[in-house]
Amino acid sequence: MKSASDGHHENWIPLMEMSAREVFELMLSCSLSVPASSEEKALDALDVTAMVGLAGQLCGVLSVRCEGKAAALMASKMLGVPLDKVGSEVADALGEIANMVAGNFKNKIAGLAEGCLLSPPTVVTGSDYDLYSMADSPGLEVKLLFENMPIVISLQIHS
Amino acid sequence: MRKIVERSLAQAGIDLAQVLQAGNGAEALAMLQDNQVDLILCDINMPVMDGLEFIKQLPGVDNAKGVPVVMITTEGSEAHVVQALSCGARGYIRKPFTPEQVKEHVIPVLAGKS
Repeated sequence: MKSASDGHHENWIPLMEMSAREVFELMLSCSLSVPASSEEKALDALDVTAMVGLAGQLCGVLSVRCEGKAAALMASKMLGVPLDKVGSEVADALGEIANMVAGNFKNKIAGLAEGCLLSPPTVVTGSDYDLYSMADSPGLEVKLLFENMPIVISLQIHS
Repeated sequence: MRKIVERSLAQAGIDLAQVLQAGNGAEALAMLQDNQVDLILCDINMPVMDGLEFIKQLPGVDNAKGVPVVMITTEGSEAHVVQALSCGARGYIRKPFTPEQVKEHVIPVLAGKS
């Protein structure tokens, strides 16, 4: 198990990916795939963002970004309702996915399961915004495909 | 998450005559003043009043006396499990979960075996 204090946060990227894969497999019954570099889309196309704050031994923000149609499909799969019946549940679903990815991730790092608390998720729709974080180290990012639609999982870390 | 849990319970074959949903512990306490329930499923991380504070306050609500509580949460540490159980929770399900895991934890609690 990785440690929160080893300072090599880039080692956490595989854990972020594993955390996301487990959440999608268990809760949505689908596998995430890794995009080929040619498949990467511009990030401004990702217009739904769910964020979960982390506080304690690790402080920061974990976010999950995707297109609105991807978020709607996630909600459809999580709730077992037809895609055309999904409405206001989209934000709740993506927020819950971010919450589970963040929780699953911190539970994989020694000391963080009990030493780091999560905030309730916040969901932002639209892509025309600037996010100012107090992060003081380069963020970690994992790009994956959900049903051939991109999702980006980011972790901004405060010391 | 509340709808997902409701769906998981249904998939597990648990008959749900009525499901009451609250967004946080304070809302749930208010609902319990006017409603009797057979089971409470509760997260730890909630706004306004978290799950641990909620179950600490349950003994003061007449309608909640003897009602089993199962926590469903991303907080997966042993310390959180111990804390929840010491506060009165009868079960603990870590998110993410499968419907089978919900069934394994909820049915024994409903049957009074946990």
